[in-house]
Amino acid sequence: MMATTTPGGWRLLLLRGWLPVTLVALWWTLSAGSEALYFPPLQEILTTLVDEWILGPRWRSDLLPSLANFTIGFGTSVLLGTALGVLLGMSPVMRALFAPVLTFFRSLPSPALIPIVLGILGLGAGMNVSLIVLGAVWPILLNTIDGVRSVDTQLREMVRSYRLSRRQIITHVVLPSAGPQIFAGYRIGLQIAIILIVVSEMVGATHGLGYYVLESQQLFMITQTWVGTILLGIIGYLLTLIFLRIERRVLRWQIRMRQATGAS
Amino acid sequence: MGAEHLLDLQDLGKTYSTGAVRARILEGVEFTVDRGEFVCVVGPSGAGKTTLLKCIAGLTAPTTGRTLFEGEKVTEPPAKLAVIFQDYSRSLLPWLTVAKNIELPLQKARFPARERPGIIAEALANVGLEGKGGVYPWEMSGGMQQRAAIARGLAYQPDVLLMDEPFAAVDAQTRIDLEDLVLGMSRRLGMTVLFVTHDIDEAVYMADRVVVLSGTPAAVARDITVDLPGERDQVQTKNLPRYGELRAEVFGLIQAAKRPAMQRTETVPARRMVP
Repeated sequence: MMATTTPGGWRLLLLRGWLPVTLVALWWTLSAGSEALYFPPLQEILTTLVDEWILGPRWRSDLLPSLANFTIGFGTSVLLGTALGVLLGMSPVMRALFAPVLTFFRSLPSPALIPIVLGILGLGAGMNVSLIVLGAVWPILLNTIDGVRSVDTQLREMVRSYRLSRRQIITHVVLPSAGPQIFAGYRIGLQIAIILIVVSEMVGATHGLGYYVLESQQLFMITQTWVGTILLGIIGYLLTLIFLRIERRVLRWQIRMRQATGAS
Repeated sequence: MGAEHLLDLQDLGKTYSTGAVRARILEGVEFTVDRGEFVCVVGPSGAGKTTLLKCIAGLTAPTTGRTLFEGEKVTEPPAKLAVIFQDYSRSLLPWLTVAKNIELPLQKARFPARERPGIIAEALANVGLEGKGGVYPWEMSGGMQQRAAIARGLAYQPDVLLMDEPFAAVDAQTRIDLEDLVLGMSRRLGMTVLFVTHDIDEAVYMADRVVVLSGTPAAVARDITVDLPGERDQVQTKNLPRYGELRAEVFGLIQAAKRPAMQRTETVPARRMVP
């Protein structure tokens, strides 16, 4: 049995916060005064982070472009994957036409596309965004197709007997019904997109967070490498938090239904 | 010729084929439903009642024969026909409130936006769910959910309501309440209802006519006019000798069809359900 009461307020903050705070405090004290090349003191790392990325010009020259690439890439994947997913999910003929190609691309590890995309598009945002889309669109597309296909058969009959329009069917029946599965696809797509920002910038960019991490390492500016890594971690964490917020908002009916009916 | 019958089933047959296996479900089903009638189709479970209803509703095409609805052959779900499904939890949309569920099928052409709130309120009142429009289906009991589904059917203003074992998923007491609710509603509104059930008591109690479906493939065994007083009452009606005779007749027909090789005469159990 799970605990039926969730702790709130300060208690929750304490329960959630103790481990991160302890880890950072340990790191801070243990690394203080460290001379090791690859383990600079945390204090030095944080000072550099603030100086270069918050007070300095880096947030503008490297952070914003990375976030822009991510937003455009992931946004395109969401729109494209959902739209095509609904189209393919609702039409057996379309599925038959495209299924083999989908299975092929899904199985292709997207970093493998880097050399080709780089060759075609060259260095720059276009290549970074394209790579994110090529990686993130597949889980979204496939999950949407599955979600749309698994709309309940009796619901389909209800929809037909009441002669709902195609538009009503998509907005009021298919999308909400497939919603949980579509969002599961977004979640996988999100993780892939975050990975691909870094990977694509490591090999195919002259600025951005990924570029910064690899470049600083090659120049033995290890403090900077740590700064970039920590920033990537924080950004990934924040993006996931924002995503979960949106998911909870959109699928509110499902969460409330689960609470009301006691179903898991 | 005129469209004297609201529904006219002519030699309706349905065969499902999967590979080499052919399952004949219905064969030569013929009966009619007139305006304002309450007709129950009764038959044992698995007799093809739901298949029959889907053919009538235009949800599946019959293999042979046809259904005429208001004189026209049914090829797709007609606009003036509504179906109440057995499983309300898979018929109402959980992400919409009850009012939104009812409003969804009300198309612009037939139901101008400003008239809808009135139509919805009236439909809810007709099933005893006044003021429940803002509630989500899963916040209500099973019986209330099925009422909401019926309200959606009513608001759609069909000429005939098809009901597919609508009370099979609720408890006995709720079932009795819903039987009387639907009966009263159909009388009050002059609604034509085609009600499919496996429950003999329910069929005889509610119907003006009982169409007994039996055999494999299923066909109409008999079309019985229920000559009970129009006002039905759960205790008085079910205590009438005629009620007992009618349900015995239906029971006999279904039993006989179940075991065609054995003796055709059946004794009827002396069960008389009085709540």
